[in-house]
Amino acid sequence: MSRDYQSGPSHSEHGLLSVLSVVLKREFLSAFRSRQELANPLVFFVIVIVLFPLGVSPEPDFLRSAAAGLVWVAALLATMLSLDRLFQSDYDDGSLEQIVLCAQPLYLIVLIKSLIHWSLTGLPLILLSPFLATMLHLDAQHIPILMLTLLMGTPVISLIGGIGAALTVSLRSGGILISLLVLPLTIPVLIFGTGTVQSSIDGLSVAGHLSIMGMMLALALTLSPFAIAAALKISVSD
Amino acid sequence: MGTALLKADKIVCERDDRLLFSGLSFELFAGEVLRLEGPNGAGKTTLLRILSGLFSTFEGCVSWNGQNVRQCYSEFQQDLLFIGHKSSIKSTLTPLENLRFLMGLQESIEDDELWKALERVGLAGYEHVLCRNLSAGQKRRVALARLYLSSAKLWVLDEIFTAIDKKGVAQLEALLAEKAQSGVAIVLTTHHELSMPDVKLLRLGRVSE
Repeated sequence: MSRDYQSGPSHSEHGLLSVLSVVLKREFLSAFRSRQELANPLVFFVIVIVLFPLGVSPEPDFLRSAAAGLVWVAALLATMLSLDRLFQSDYDDGSLEQIVLCAQPLYLIVLIKSLIHWSLTGLPLILLSPFLATMLHLDAQHIPILMLTLLMGTPVISLIGGIGAALTVSLRSGGILISLLVLPLTIPVLIFGTGTVQSSIDGLSVAGHLSIMGMMLALALTLSPFAIAAALKISVSD
Repeated sequence: MGTALLKADKIVCERDDRLLFSGLSFELFAGEVLRLEGPNGAGKTTLLRILSGLFSTFEGCVSWNGQNVRQCYSEFQQDLLFIGHKSSIKSTLTPLENLRFLMGLQESIEDDELWKALERVGLAGYEHVLCRNLSAGQKRRVALARLYLSSAKLWVLDEIFTAIDKKGVAQLEALLAEKAQSGVAIVLTTHHELSMPDVKLLRLGRVSE
């Protein structure tokens, strides 16, 4: 933080990197202080998948064909659940105003925030997915593909969801609205995510599917931070 | 004195179909303190948010160093310290961590400086207590510790004395006066009686019969 600190606090010496590292440290620290909240989407993810065979059918053949879709839908919903937390507490305590007023580009700050959000929700889901996929009798050879699609898809959900979260942050009970706004936009990710695993099960090449997912990830990473930043500015000016 | 540091020119603002102010103009030079006065709902907070660039649905022009703020926004932001109604304090962090974050958004400040600032607002010994365990006044003091550290040229302060005890208010007034002496321009709202000398007044809201 004080890498380029020389002769007293002067603005020009305070660069983008120091601001981003300050944001990064603070996000992780406050996430660590409210660990229970972090567990919520994970528990939801596990429970949905564990209950599904009990409620529908424990037949291995059926579960095998449903595994990819099930893991994906559960991951999508679990991420969605955690989205309203992304900016809500910052808005409530007023620190969002300070972030918006920061002289460094807002879109980079929100990109960092979204990626931290992903690393605390999406990433643990990905790490849990092999166990749940095994439980659903998905063949071991397809599990890396499933994890890869989740690795490429969940950041897209977090980033697109960030737009919804930023737009609804100033509304009371924006939670359900986020899902309504964002869910349709995440359908392509879901379709290609499960489609990739299905192709792999059918013995087809997955390169095409993966390139489309890669494209969605690249677009989300480059474009959605601008949309999130613009939406936050609108929300803060209320 | 040359050009005004901050200049508002014919600002018109309407909220919820109610005209808050129209044709509002003023100039603020370095070292001046401007206090906005008016009854609740007169638009004091809105005007402060317009000046700091948080609220942009208004007509008219705010200029900074003679340049329209919209054109030099990032330079303006570097020179601005805004403390709003909400204290920006996260309850899951300690005062030290909160202050480090809030200052870190604008300037590089060494940790000992942060410690000193917390001590000066009377929070010595509370550096590592989570802010959720602090009183309202103490939380407000964490936010106000920024005043001891900031090197911004324009301070926009919205009701900063809320929940602060008398002694604290006197201490803050002394700080504001000292900073104004050194060339900081300050715009503030408060319902407290200020004992500071040389405060310009701007009355908002319709004059009631």
